[in-house]
Amino acid sequence: MLLGIFREPEALRGAMLALRAAAFGGRDLTVLSSVPYPEGTFGEEAEPHRLHVFPFVGAACGFAVGLLLTIGTQLSNPLVTGGKPLLSIPPMLNILFEATLLGAIIFTVAGVIFESRLPDVSGLPRDPRIEEGMLGLAVRASAPTRQGEAEQLMREHGAIDVVQC
Amino acid sequence: MQLTSSAAAVNADLLHFVLRTPRWFWIAAAVLGLVLAVGIAGEVVMIVVGLQVLGLTNTVSWAVLITNFIFWVGISHAGVMISAILRLTHAEWRRPITRCSEVLAIFALLTAALFPLIHSGRVWRTIYWVFPYDFTRDIWPNIRSALIWDPAAILTYLTGTVLFVYVGLLPDLAVARARSSGFRRRLYAALSLGFRGTSRQWRIQATASLLLSALILPVFVSVHSIVAWDLSMAILPAWHTTLLAPYFVIGAVHSGVAGVVIVMAVLRRALRLEAYITREHFENIGRLQLVVAFGYIFFFLSDFYFGLFSRDAIEEQIWHLRLFESPTNLLMYAQILTTIVLPLPLWFIPRVRQNPALMFFISIGVNIGMWLERYLLVVTPQSLKQPFVFTWVSTYEPRPMEYLFTFVAMAIVATGVLVFAKLLPIVPLAEIKEGLTTDAAGHLPRA
Repeated sequence: MLLGIFREPEALRGAMLALRAAAFGGRDLTVLSSVPYPEGTFGEEAEPHRLHVFPFVGAACGFAVGLLLTIGTQLSNPLVTGGKPLLSIPPMLNILFEATLLGAIIFTVAGVIFESRLPDVSGLPRDPRIEEGMLGLAVRASAPTRQGEAEQLMREHGAIDVVQC
Repeated sequence: MQLTSSAAAVNADLLHFVLRTPRWFWIAAAVLGLVLAVGIAGEVVMIVVGLQVLGLTNTVSWAVLITNFIFWVGISHAGVMISAILRLTHAEWRRPITRCSEVLAIFALLTAALFPLIHSGRVWRTIYWVFPYDFTRDIWPNIRSALIWDPAAILTYLTGTVLFVYVGLLPDLAVARARSSGFRRRLYAALSLGFRGTSRQWRIQATASLLLSALILPVFVSVHSIVAWDLSMAILPAWHTTLLAPYFVIGAVHSGVAGVVIVMAVLRRALRLEAYITREHFENIGRLQLVVAFGYIFFFLSDFYFGLFSRDAIEEQIWHLRLFESPTNLLMYAQILTTIVLPLPLWFIPRVRQNPALMFFISIGVNIGMWLERYLLVVTPQSLKQPFVFTWVSTYEPRPMEYLFTFVAMAIVATGVLVFAKLLPIVPLAEIKEGLTTDAAGHLPRA
């Protein structure tokens, strides 16, 4: 794997386009940055994710747990008050509301971790310069000729350094 | 300045306090530690001696400790509200203040949660009343009680806020890992889960920020509504009103925004963040305080009008007690003065809003007033409990132990924020850097 280090986003974008023109696939190219640039700044492919699904699943799970908890506690301690029905819905709504949102929040965070592919086991290279504001472009290329081609393209487009990882 | 050097400067500035310890930190930590030790000693004395160390009477059974609970839940509110609303509206000026608001929310909420436990006298027994599991006595928590809704709401809010902060911290932890060594490096590496800053990860971060903001806002409203229902579900005059929930929420925002201003001013000075938390931030948050104060006035006056227009004899007596009988009326006048009369005209003046020191002192005043408001809302209706008129019972007066716990609560929150700022970046690095890359419309300056 190669890691090109860039100072300017425009340079990285140029290298990215050149590499893709040279038949490097979207999955072979990964931009690394400690700065959140606006989406599509580097011309990278927007990978689809399903983070939006997680809160709904979490909300459904939270609601189910809340329902179980509220019905279970009232039936386990059958305390009739003022001749009213044992299962009292208005107070259950409070607990259900909180349980639903708690489920949604927990699942969203689980979704962030899952969809971000964390903990990271990708083997992507690390370079301290990236944390200090520079940009990295990791290129997966196994054949030595392709590596040489990728390095040349990155240098041509303004990479200040290209390291083999 | 190029973005590369700007980003490096942001890292250096905002991680300076995390990675290097100035002498004043140890002095502050020692003073706060001493106050906390005194607080623990006070709690031990209360457990050994009993609740008679408090000034509670036969009629006034909820007083300063419950006031502290409501006050600190209120403070915790604006933190997340500011952060979530400003994120959802993409307000650029949010960047340096979101995390300190969220952190204030966490520690204020933890402190608030201590007070019902302390108030119960036998802390360890509260688990039987709250935890949704039957231990030994075949008695389950009664979910029809507002006192069960309360821990459910607070647990949700606390969990949500902690996770909200953690998700936002992931990129900053990765930077802190790169800049640290030894144990800290291992700690930050573990906490950051190996966050690399790929385009996908940043996209997920952006989506998560909006999703979590949208999810936490209803929780924020529900928590203080439920805290208000602790009172309004009782049939006591002046408590038993539907107005109390929104009144509590707007009061919470009023005191909470003031709390955020206090933290902003202290952090700006102590951590030398003048370049990040600027006068413009105080100007903007001052405008927010102005709007919130008008909402607060509306509910304050509504509470007063409905109290009188109900023609309920007890409620009229409660307002008489609040307005005309010393020393209660003095507390009420102080509340009106510090939450409405003094700050409102001052917040109209741009120079005042842009002055961090003035904003700090005004916000301290607002919070003193808001504490008094909570105290008057909690204590005065109980002082006239009907039909059980215990004429032989003396008037409720707070005892030294109650003052001590009130003072210690401030130290707990201050310690929490200080320790957090020492271990983790209190100003979000990634958000500040994002601000450098985009203009107000969200585009690259040179694109």
